[in-house]
Amino acid sequence: MVMKVHGSVLSTAAMRVLIVLNEKGLEFEFVPVDMRAGEHKKEHFLALNPFGQVPAFEDGDLKLFESRAITQYIAHVYKDKGTPLVCEGKPMATLGVWMEVEAHQFDPVGSKLQWELLFKPMFGMATDAAVVEENEAKLAKVLDIYEARLSQSKYLGSDCFTLADLHHLPVLTNLMGTHVKKLFDARPKVSAWVADIMARPALAKVLAMRNQQ
Amino acid sequence: MAAPVKVYGPTLSTAVSRVLACLLEKDVEFQLVPVNMATGEHKKPEYLKIQPFGQVPAFQDESIAIFESRAICRYICEKHADKGNKNLYSTNPLVKASIEQWLEAEGQTYNPPSSALVFQLAFAPRMNIKQDEESIKLNDQKLSKVLDIYDQRLESSRFLAGDEFTLADLSHLPNTHYLVTVGNRGEAFSSRKNVDRWWNEISSRDSWKKVVEMQKSK
Repeated sequence: MVMKVHGSVLSTAAMRVLIVLNEKGLEFEFVPVDMRAGEHKKEHFLALNPFGQVPAFEDGDLKLFESRAITQYIAHVYKDKGTPLVCEGKPMATLGVWMEVEAHQFDPVGSKLQWELLFKPMFGMATDAAVVEENEAKLAKVLDIYEARLSQSKYLGSDCFTLADLHHLPVLTNLMGTHVKKLFDARPKVSAWVADIMARPALAKVLAMRNQQ
Repeated sequence: MAAPVKVYGPTLSTAVSRVLACLLEKDVEFQLVPVNMATGEHKKPEYLKIQPFGQVPAFQDESIAIFESRAICRYICEKHADKGNKNLYSTNPLVKASIEQWLEAEGQTYNPPSSALVFQLAFAPRMNIKQDEESIKLNDQKLSKVLDIYDQRLESSRFLAGDEFTLADLSHLPNTHYLVTVGNRGEAFSSRKNVDRWWNEISSRDSWKKVVEMQKSK
């Protein structure tokens, strides 16, 4: 029975899971959830994720929600397939740190910016310039720390590409399509890291999927 | 014999107390290193070397230096899988997946509104910062919705991830403790039958009682 990902191609959280599945070359079925029609708040979806959010995931009898729990599950259980996205033993400690940094320092700020600059216009709503300014300033501070980190380590968590980097890709892709890109471009190590991770074929496959839907 | 691990930060910090609870559950010896946040010690170059975001806690175990409370907890549980509470972070991949799911739910969905409320209700008054009534109202509403979902989940499950107390439940202890005590939000928890049962059970654990004692003695 093939793995299933329930979500929307516009959802950065769903994208996180799709990128991992592509990195690992794993077969899966993508089950679109019509969020405009409120499908994610209906009974049958709430049975998969009681918080009414995408993605939801199935692997046989196992059902999971929370994109970062799903990606970690896939990376561990299928560690021998495709790109190894975690490290065994000692370096795992540092990987764990930078996965939390993405979740608690980068994502909240990045998500607010992509909402204001990309999604609101898409839904015919007005961008709040004050929110954009405030979050750009926060993002700049985070990226200063990333610049220092990437001066000591090729990738965030380790010297190889791992989930700690991958988890950034969906929001990063969105932000690089806005004027916020200048914050990344202005920092040489960050800029090189962005270019490197965004060039990965797995991301291209997921973006192609997004463009088709 | 290994030196005790070091935890940097005040016991009053929710994130620091998350790590302390985990160390106590796992019977791992630790040394608490104070960080004087009132004088801005956490923003000084010495401290930024071990936590570049200038937040607490920071953590050292021999040559390993890490930060982010949930990453520290996972590290402790993985390194000492055979010590103390073995069910805290199961090595079985399917059980672990469920723990991760609820630990992520705590970090992504429970933590934002509960932290905001903890700051507004417990810390702002102490720091002579005016409370933001709008923020309190908004976050009370968000918390209420989350607790409804928790109550539903806990109807069919003793703890969040399953039959055992795990890191997923533990992670909720620090914020919730402040909410039900100084935050006066006890009713939000006691009015929901399953949440009430769950909160009473997890907050009665010896490890958490010890952390609360440590917070009082500072």
